[in-house]
Amino acid sequence: MICWNGLEPMVDFWQDYALPGAIIVAKIVAIIIPLLIAVAYLTYAERKVLAVMQLRRGPNVVGPFGLLQPLADGLKLFMKETIVPAGASRALFIMAPMLTFILAMLAWAVIPVDAGWVLSDINVGVLYLFAISSLGVYGIIIAGWASNSKYAFLGALRSAAQMVSYEVSIGLVIITVLLCVGSLNLSRIVEAQKTVWFVIPLLPMFVIYFISALAETNRSPFDLPEGESELVGGYFTEYSSMTFALFFLGEYANMILMSAMGAILFLGGWLPPFDIAPFNWVPGPIWFALKICFVLFGFLWVRATFPRFRYDQLMRLGWKVFLPFSLFYVVLVAGVLVAFDWLPTP
Amino acid sequence: MASLSATARSFLLWELLAGMKLTFSYMFKKKATLNYPYEKGFISPRFRGEHVLRRYANGEERCIACKLCEAICPAQAITIESEPREDGSRRTTRYDIDMTKCIYCGLCQEACPVDAIVEGPNFEFATETREELFYNKAKLLANGDRWEVEIAANIAADAPYR
Repeated sequence: MICWNGLEPMVDFWQDYALPGAIIVAKIVAIIIPLLIAVAYLTYAERKVLAVMQLRRGPNVVGPFGLLQPLADGLKLFMKETIVPAGASRALFIMAPMLTFILAMLAWAVIPVDAGWVLSDINVGVLYLFAISSLGVYGIIIAGWASNSKYAFLGALRSAAQMVSYEVSIGLVIITVLLCVGSLNLSRIVEAQKTVWFVIPLLPMFVIYFISALAETNRSPFDLPEGESELVGGYFTEYSSMTFALFFLGEYANMILMSAMGAILFLGGWLPPFDIAPFNWVPGPIWFALKICFVLFGFLWVRATFPRFRYDQLMRLGWKVFLPFSLFYVVLVAGVLVAFDWLPTP
Repeated sequence: MASLSATARSFLLWELLAGMKLTFSYMFKKKATLNYPYEKGFISPRFRGEHVLRRYANGEERCIACKLCEAICPAQAITIESEPREDGSRRTTRYDIDMTKCIYCGLCQEACPVDAIVEGPNFEFATETREELFYNKAKLLANGDRWEVEIAANIAADAPYR
């Protein structure tokens, strides 16, 4: 394009910057918009599932079957006044929910929805996901500290300790999957499950992953950080309106992210359950969405079933049960792979 | 052996899965709640809701201003003033009930010799201001006209028990 003699020195702005930039923005919008809609309807689904399991009806007045309820809730939150407590550290107080929300969105850059349908197909996808989800702790701990409230602070401390503890076992779970795949690329991980989904050989790991994901996203029965009876609202006690909405969106986006990760690592991502006629007619993204919904239903189902853990029980489970067990399983899987010479060739 | 099976059960999450099975089975049960604003529960004929002042079939108001309800009202929510009408019959000129004071004990309707003041089946009369709950005679008579059919049926249904 640019000649050595400078005859055409201008970089073609449209060709080289504007167009690729526009494509990237379009891709980001194509991820964020469905994600936000999914988050909105996850709150609806949660209320409906809980209602049905408790023999109630759930939201059913706003729109047909209450389908417009999430929009009404969102509108309500946007219209409210944002209150910043007098003793709060203003800048950090506003920044914390933004951080949580942005991190929850950011992680979706590497999630493959179908073969090749991914914003950035990087080779360290799993590490990226793990790093981003670990950074989520910062939003929470900053929120707790900046609120200048004892409830928020204690909630943030609990949440940080809990997330850090369970990340350890999630890390080991991911390592077992990586041993079976031989790659950190999420698309490669899915493709490695063409013959059999990892949930079958690695079922205990899937269970540990699921329970750790509950703890990681502060979901019931591990929702101690927001334990109403002792901590009011946990780290977002002092938040209202838009800032609260951002926390809420971030939390639910993280739930969907954890489910997507579970679907990719264990349930074969966009792959159909059997590669035969009626199943492989359905496009990959739909399979992927169905698997996410399946795991999310598990989240809601667990919430409807179990009472909250005590804090020491939570820590005992994380460090004294999951950590040794997943470590043992890593060694076991590695041993089996080496013994039968099944190690994947990169 | 017992401890072994207990360990196995705890590792297989046996009890947790049993609990989850139970909640799942609840998904297909009949709902315990009503679809409230569109669907209402049964109300006894004796239900003591919003007050009404009734009329006779010819349109004459029943109340004869005997003030027994005013006298018996334990919350002193009722205020009555009366004077003779041109035709010589005694009628109220003012019949107010402060619904914020009323305790819905039903003593007014028990005291009434002519079944004029009755607590009807309506319980959905919430208002946005306090003032709207200070009922006057016109409001009570209007209530009576609106609920007459239900109230007459309720009185008839309850008659064998009094």
